[in-house]
Amino acid sequence: MTEKLLEIDDLSVDYETARGDLKALRNITFDVNKSEIVGIVGESGCGKSTLISAILRLIAPNTRFRSGEVRFKGEDLLTASERKIRDLRGDDISIVFQDPMQTHNPVISIGQQMVDIQHRSKANKAEKRATAAKMLGAVGIPDPEARLSQFPHEFSGGMRQRIAIAMALMSEPDLLIADEPTTALDATLEVQIIERLKDLQRDFGCAILFISHHLGVIAELCDRVVVMYAGAVVESGTVREIFHHPKHPYTRRLIECDPGHIKERARVLPTIPGEVPDLANLPTGCIFRDRCDQAFERCAEVPPLTRLSDGQNAACWLNHAEEPA
Amino acid sequence: MSPILEVKDLETSYGHVNVLAGVSFSVEQGETYAMVGESGSGKTTVIRAIAGLAPAQAGSVKFDGQEIRGMSEKNLRPLRKDIAMMFQDPTGSLSPRLTIRNLITEPYKIQGMKDRDLDAEAKRLLELVNLPSHFANRYPYQLSGGQARRVGVARALALEPKLILADEPTAGPDVSVQGELLNLLNDLRERLGLSMVIITHNLNVVRHVSDRMGILYLGRLVEEGTTEAIFEAPRHPYTNCLLSANPEPDPDARLERIALKGEPPSLIKRPSGCEFRDRCPVASDICTQVPSLEVTDGHAVRCLTPLHL
Ligand SMILES: Nc1ncnc2c1ncn2[C@@H]1O[C@H](COP(=O)(O)OP(=O)(O)OP(=O)(O)O)[C@@H](O)[C@H]1O
Ligand SMILES: Nc1ncnc2c1ncn2[C@@H]1O[C@H](COP(=O)(O)OP(=O)(O)O)[C@@H](O)[C@H]1O
Ligand code: SF4
Ligand code: SF4
Ligand SMILES: [Mg+2]
Ligand SMILES: [Mg+2]
Repeated sequence: MTEKLLEIDDLSVDYETARGDLKALRNITFDVNKSEIVGIVGESGCGKSTLISAILRLIAPNTRFRSGEVRFKGEDLLTASERKIRDLRGDDISIVFQDPMQTHNPVISIGQQMVDIQHRSKANKAEKRATAAKMLGAVGIPDPEARLSQFPHEFSGGMRQRIAIAMALMSEPDLLIADEPTTALDATLEVQIIERLKDLQRDFGCAILFISHHLGVIAELCDRVVVMYAGAVVESGTVREIFHHPKHPYTRRLIECDPGHIKERARVLPTIPGEVPDLANLPTGCIFRDRCDQAFERCAEVPPLTRLSDGQNAACWLNHAEEPA
Repeated sequence: MSPILEVKDLETSYGHVNVLAGVSFSVEQGETYAMVGESGSGKTTVIRAIAGLAPAQAGSVKFDGQEIRGMSEKNLRPLRKDIAMMFQDPTGSLSPRLTIRNLITEPYKIQGMKDRDLDAEAKRLLELVNLPSHFANRYPYQLSGGQARRVGVARALALEPKLILADEPTAGPDVSVQGELLNLLNDLRERLGLSMVIITHNLNVVRHVSDRMGILYLGRLVEEGTTEAIFEAPRHPYTNCLLSANPEPDPDARLERIALKGEPPSLIKRPSGCEFRDRCPVASDICTQVPSLEVTDGHAVRCLTPLHL
């Protein structure tokens, strides 16, 4: 029986700006089941970071929620009390931010920060420091004990990223949200972190919402994938279907662009020509129409995200070809 | 022709910790050199030390034939026009209080180039990196990670540098923007004869943009050669592990990974003998000796029993 842990239901979020409302998320709908690893991919600026900050209400001051619910274990987080959210954060739900400097206070030593986040534990200070050192070791930081007294700027970029992961794992959360957590890591460490996350899922039944541009990592780690484009979900489904039988032209192009597929040195790498639409001034019709090489008349209308016969979801009229318009 | 950048026996220590233990490499005019290696191996420190932003207690750094290690900030300033840096943390490196227009044209001000039309330059630079011109009025917090990255490139290009030192230029953007950035860098290199040192963990990027590459381990180069030769037949066991780890964009791919044992060793107490010995899948008794960097056919390796040789 699949049990829903996180349900994102018709979520729309705007940013108020001098140029008018920027429609950063529009009618986002997808679920994360218990113990499931869900990947989110999509072009920069498509709203991935906005989405995860909205889930935990860690939002910029100009953020406006326009519609929808974010339910965690059945309870709506958007209307929950501030206190409830604070209790969930760092306990049931942990988060690893895209920019690790956002996580670390620059003037407090890493050891102190790792002790501080164990404030719910009954252990004494020495035990907490030992736990902190153990976690640093587990994410591959050499000399963990000696390193505890150092400050964030004394670590390399990849080390800061790993420390952020170690801190997120300390509470053994039910849901781990990670925003591009492996971009600053070399391939061997990246694989080590992937293995660590898989352990977490297997041993503690932790669900993971994993944002990454590295399609290789998504393919290796995730059960299901959500593809976003310009603030909307354009496709979602199992990792195999997404990589082998993409149902949306954007997904197909994204996969074709991955230099991981191209083994010979290429002078010019494939890209998706054109630009992402201006979210403060949305075009009519399908959001991908300007850049789509398969657009036809019907695309002047917005295609709904529809569940297809094989269980995949896609927002593209090509999948409706049989029906009368 | 003499190389645009020549680094010899560069050493950096923080306190007693020897982060760079003698790094030597050179970059020819118009060449792209990729520096890869484990997190914490000293890549960022290498380029910061070249640019005079990290200490360099010993060794030599020659730019265009001129020794620049240990140069005072005053003497370095004119050279800052020729050497551009792109930093690792995408948003962190952009000052939050400046608009994008002011950020990307700041180099003109720092260099005292008062005659420039800053609005026109901002427009030109944004266009160069494929950002709409209305972004000029935005602030860094209003950018996505990839957009911030492109702003960083625009800023680096402002003064038409001869050498770009780029730390993870493609971390952040999605694959399509990544491709765009790499095409842009390739194009700039061809048009302007730009030379580049690129630090990246993305092996797919290395394969497509770099001519030569160096692999750093514990603050020392363990392998160096043409990118093609190294991908074809890596000689150092660490390189072999690294290349085999690269995740494939296919959920059904069966990867034959060569596992890397243990943790990165301590810089405080460097291992004896070959410093990769504790983790090396093919270590043998002779590895208690210290290997030196040996060059065969223009391909250098620091291993007593190199692979594929
Ligand atoms: N300002 C500093 N003070 C003390 N130690 C430092 C400082 N900067 C870097 N180090 C140390 O030097 C070593 C190399 O760091 P560096 O940033 O060069 O690594 P890197 O190869 O760029 O790693 P990454 O891939 O994770 O960015 C690390 O052990 C780091 O902790
Ligand atoms: N506080 C903000 N005010 C205005 N626009 C913002 C703000 N934060 C992000 N944006 C814009 O919202 C869009 C989505 O950004 P983001 O969620 O960071 O994208 P991603 O994480 O997918 O790269 C982008 O167009 C970005 O420029
Ligand atoms: S609906 Fe039309 S424009 Fe949109 S992705 Fe499908 S074919 Fe392309
Ligand atoms: S010298 Fe020995 S331990 Fe070092 S890399 Fe070569 S085989 Fe491995
Ligand atoms: Mg983001
Ligand atoms: Mg670095």
